[in-house]
Amino acid sequence: MDKLFFNDDHLMIRDMVRDFAETEVRPVAKEMDRKEKFPKKLVAQMGKLGLMGTIIPEKYGGAGLDMISFVTAIIELARVDASVAITMAAHTSLGSVPILLLGNEKQKQTYLPRLASGEIIGAFGLTEPDAGSDAGATRTKAIWDGNNYIVNGGKIFITNAGEAGLLSFTSQVEVNNELKGIAAFVIPIKTAGLEIGPKEKKMGWRASDTRQLFFKDLKVPPEAMLGQVADGFKFFLKTLTSGRISIGALSIGTALGAYENALQYATEREAFGKPIYKFQSIGFKLADMATEIEAAKLMVYHAAWLKDKGMDFTKQAAMAKLFASEMAMKSTTEAIQVLGGYGYVKEYDVERFFRDAKVLEIGEGTSEVQRIIITREILKDFKIP
Amino acid sequence: MKIAVLIKQVPGSDSALPLTGDGTWIDDSLITFVMNESDNYALEEALRIREKINDGEVVVVSMGPDRVQRVIREGLAKGADRGIHLEEDGQIETDPLCIAKSFTSVLEDENFDLVLTGLQSDDTGMGQTGILLGELLGMSTATLGIETDIQSDTIRVKRELESGWFQWIKLPLPASVSIQSGINQPRYPSLKGIMGAKKKEIKIVAQSEHRPDTKWQSLNRLFIPQTNKQTETLNGDADTIVNRLVEILRSDLRII
Repeated sequence: MDKLFFNDDHLMIRDMVRDFAETEVRPVAKEMDRKEKFPKKLVAQMGKLGLMGTIIPEKYGGAGLDMISFVTAIIELARVDASVAITMAAHTSLGSVPILLLGNEKQKQTYLPRLASGEIIGAFGLTEPDAGSDAGATRTKAIWDGNNYIVNGGKIFITNAGEAGLLSFTSQVEVNNELKGIAAFVIPIKTAGLEIGPKEKKMGWRASDTRQLFFKDLKVPPEAMLGQVADGFKFFLKTLTSGRISIGALSIGTALGAYENALQYATEREAFGKPIYKFQSIGFKLADMATEIEAAKLMVYHAAWLKDKGMDFTKQAAMAKLFASEMAMKSTTEAIQVLGGYGYVKEYDVERFFRDAKVLEIGEGTSEVQRIIITREILKDFKIP
Repeated sequence: MKIAVLIKQVPGSDSALPLTGDGTWIDDSLITFVMNESDNYALEEALRIREKINDGEVVVVSMGPDRVQRVIREGLAKGADRGIHLEEDGQIETDPLCIAKSFTSVLEDENFDLVLTGLQSDDTGMGQTGILLGELLGMSTATLGIETDIQSDTIRVKRELESGWFQWIKLPLPASVSIQSGINQPRYPSLKGIMGAKKKEIKIVAQSEHRPDTKWQSLNRLFIPQTNKQTETLNGDADTIVNRLVEILRSDLRII
């Protein structure tokens, strides 16, 4: 499969990230999960290696690489620790890309080099208590007072919020008592009127920092707006579309991590006088996992390839995210089954991969929302009689 | 300061090692190749020396078929300035003197101040290239370096001896030093380094231009050691059993 999408650079990037993940991340992954410890040191190291700005153009301090490289880096990190992978992926595809897509030259020059080097971490605020996948129902409101926008409302489940230096967020905009639409803003996270809630206690992705944000008369200058009013919604949805490729990659990595554990265990553990992989009931589980991981890889890399070629990838990204995330849930469940009791205890990593898998079916559009998008996309080309 | 680092591409430690049909080498079509471990440390040491004196050139040199260009690129991605690839057609050479003579023919015109090699390769593990090369190039030579201290025309090398002993020696330049694993913490290539490596030069030297006509050693056959389980039941009175047990522990297992 690699030969279909990879050139020599991709292979070298894969080897580098794999080496980094095995050497630097693996020894601390279990403890970070247990203590819900944010990987601050690893983020700094990743910044030096260029991994915090993989797809940011070189002129803004990034590595200027393609989506195939980005997907590869996420897979290799998630294969060892999904929390580290989501920290990097959310920082990039949610925290940095909106500025790249929507920002003016000054905003790009100001923020992107600092984001790409990992000096500051980016966060992205879209989800609200009543607006998740239905992003159009955003309640946060920015009212123009003649000089500034005064923002009230809040966001929930914001990845990296407690560690971020910069926040992009969406808000309804009201000027002279008239709603103008949804706009996007970018502000330093330490701004008066922005309160950061306590860390969410989560089932998985425990080393990743997730929090609620409260806007209480938050004063935002007009130059903090990304693009024009009404661009906000459209472009943030576009961000989510490429973000789905990231979640697809995270799903592959998470499934691989569990599968490789199961494969190794099945060759070492003996029952009734032979290694358990020799029993069809175990061997076939491994075969199914390997097959579905391969299928997910093809889908996710294909969506990334379409994006790199500048082609429409809405349908393929939704399909890849849907298939890969459900595959990850299934594979990690089966991996625990292969390990039996050992799979259920925290000494082995498969239970961590299992806990890390569930959110993949929820974040950046639930499985249900992906199916809505896919239905819409497949009917676009179909002439209904 | 002109530094050459010799890098070998070897099978990764988790690769299965199937033998070729005629049993003269391993079938490398299914193997994942990696940079030889101690060579990676030698490269890092060279890069640090260049950074410390803020001057000079680091050249990575590797011998083998086309695939070895990957480890040369990896060296360039980590910061080496250029590469030299000594091509090999077909099976790789395993005779240390033959290998050293090949490298000598390419390196002698370059006038390196320092040649760093890994202590030994993880495949054949002969540990001779650095020493032979030093001799053939007329350089002072040290092995088992675990710390270096570069001066203007000398290099001090801390060598690892047996039983936890160390030795500091001072060598005039030019010198050839073989480096022990663990001497430093090798860097990862950055994404920018990986992209930049493409623009760096790799000089290719054809096998006919470097390989000596003579061969001093040849490899006849490789085989996988047979392992088997043997159970010995100790019988007799207590003294006989204890004596036999002590003998096994002392002579067979050598643990007392």
